Amino acid sequence: MVPATMKPAPFHYHAPRTVAEAVTLLAQVAPEDGRVLAGGQSLVPTMAFRLARPRHLVDINGIDELKRLVVEDGRLCIGAGVRHAAFHRPVVPGPLGQLLSEVVRHIAHHPIRTRGTFCGSIAHADPASEWCAVAAALDAEMVAISTRGTRVIPAVDFFQGIMTTALADDELLAEVRLPTLRAGVRVGFAEFNRRAGDFAVAMAVAIYGVQDGVIAESRLAVGGAEASPRRIDAAEYALRGGAPTRNTFELAAELVARALDPLEDNQNTAGYRRDVARAMVRRALEQAEQKAGA
Amino acid sequence: MTDKLDIILNLNGRDHSIRVEPRKTLVDAIREDCGLTGTHIGCEHGVCGACTVILDGETVRSCLMFAVQAQGKTIRTVEGLADGKTLHPLQRAFMAHHGLQCGFCTPGFLMLAANTLEQHPDIDDEELREVLSSNLCRCTGYQNVVKAVRAAADEMRNPAKNPAN
Ligand SMILES: Cc1cc2nc3c(=O)[nH]c(=O)nc-3n(C[C@H](O)[C@H](O)[C@H](O)COP(=O)(O)OP(=O)(O)OC[C@H]3O[C@@H](n4cnc5c(N)ncnc54)[C@H](O)[C@@H]3O)c2cc1C
Ligand code: FES
Ligand code: FES
Repeated sequence: MVPATMKPAPFHYHAPRTVAEAVTLLAQVAPEDGRVLAGGQSLVPTMAFRLARPRHLVDINGIDELKRLVVEDGRLCIGAGVRHAAFHRPVVPGPLGQLLSEVVRHIAHHPIRTRGTFCGSIAHADPASEWCAVAAALDAEMVAISTRGTRVIPAVDFFQGIMTTALADDELLAEVRLPTLRAGVRVGFAEFNRRAGDFAVAMAVAIYGVQDGVIAESRLAVGGAEASPRRIDAAEYALRGGAPTRNTFELAAELVARALDPLEDNQNTAGYRRDVARAMVRRALEQAEQKAGA
Repeated sequence: MTDKLDIILNLNGRDHSIRVEPRKTLVDAIREDCGLTGTHIGCEHGVCGACTVILDGETVRSCLMFAVQAQGKTIRTVEGLADGKTLHPLQRAFMAHHGLQCGFCTPGFLMLAANTLEQHPDIDDEELREVLSSNLCRCTGYQNVVKAVRAAADEMRNPAKNPAN
């Protein structure tokens, strides 16, 4: 029978104050479906629907050392306690801070961004997560800690399918690192969704540098269209050496459309998703160019 | 199955000592254990915003937090908006501009708008619409909600216009 109300199943609550305590707890409770509770903005809804019934929750909100958001060795280090809302204003000068502050506005709504965390999005790995697309585009490094030690997982190995990652059950995603981008690099982001704040049908992240009038380096990633976000090599390759103009962008967008194996659901056919992705790639590339000219 | 925990919730400046299971959401604790039923429950999965409250100065969906997580924080609900018998400018504006019909979504919109205007008294229309898109209303069609918040914003910046003064 369908329950009359949506209430999470019972669980044991743990509130560690340090990373060491948290991973010790995780090692104990992970075998009994113990999980990390970060912002709760994805986990609590799934618990309300009883799609998830964790027996233990390890709440990491009280761990101060996870709140760090700093640049070290040319990389922005985003601790597991950093919430989406931290990115409303650029967190670093230059193109990376600008990109993150534009992308964050597409994630859910303000009262969800005050709780949800960057690392929670990465760990949750929804195919339509904006942060996952950014992480794929920038080859982010994920720092996972357990009682067995610390390992650094590159984005290409981290995302393994719909809500599936390389994290083991007892691992805490302590931090995600993004390379900062040098001044002058152009960044663009575009996504399409049916209502403001909804999960996107498809999105594109475009990052490129221009030298002597042609594109010298490029990163182009698509999210929402497939099970995991990824860079599209063929399109990145086609961009390099081309002038940053509509023809070049359209060619890249077409190559993306051909490379994709889009997800289908009851609202979106694969063909429709491919069309939307093509349009988002073109828009992201154009947007980057317009901002550079502005 | 899990033991109940003794916690204190600070709501609108008053402490409430309650005993809850860890799985109890903040909104259920506010309504059932603290007896403040002004905060409404719509979807219980973060989509509608009816349960919006202000926690340590930021709006949150109180259906997506557990009550135990709100210990030691200050929580403001719709009951705390009015100053005694004097309604908050937003409450008056919602009445004057028909920002509500059935009223189910209203407490959530009021808390969302109150926090927004406190943080950004000079918010422009585009930003305001963007923030208000956080919450759902099945009755008003939103236009009068936008009008009401805009009117309250103007009044709060320029209190001389307040007819109650
Ligand atoms: C109405 C609504 C709309 C939304 N729209 C969007 C959207 O458009 N785009 C988008 O990207 N997201 C959206 N979200 C989801 C939101 O961004 C979440 O904040 C995010 O997906 C998860 O982050 P969290 O911190 O809330 O994690 P939680 O919900 O706490 O956790 C999610 C999962 O990740 C695990 N986890 C979390 N942190 C860690 C960690 N540090 N180490 C190991 N495991 C961890 C948890 O155990 C859990 O399984 C929406 C949510 C709602 C309610
Ligand atoms: S009841 Fe909390 S968002 Fe709908
Ligand atoms: S007034 Fe009825 S839902 Fe908004």
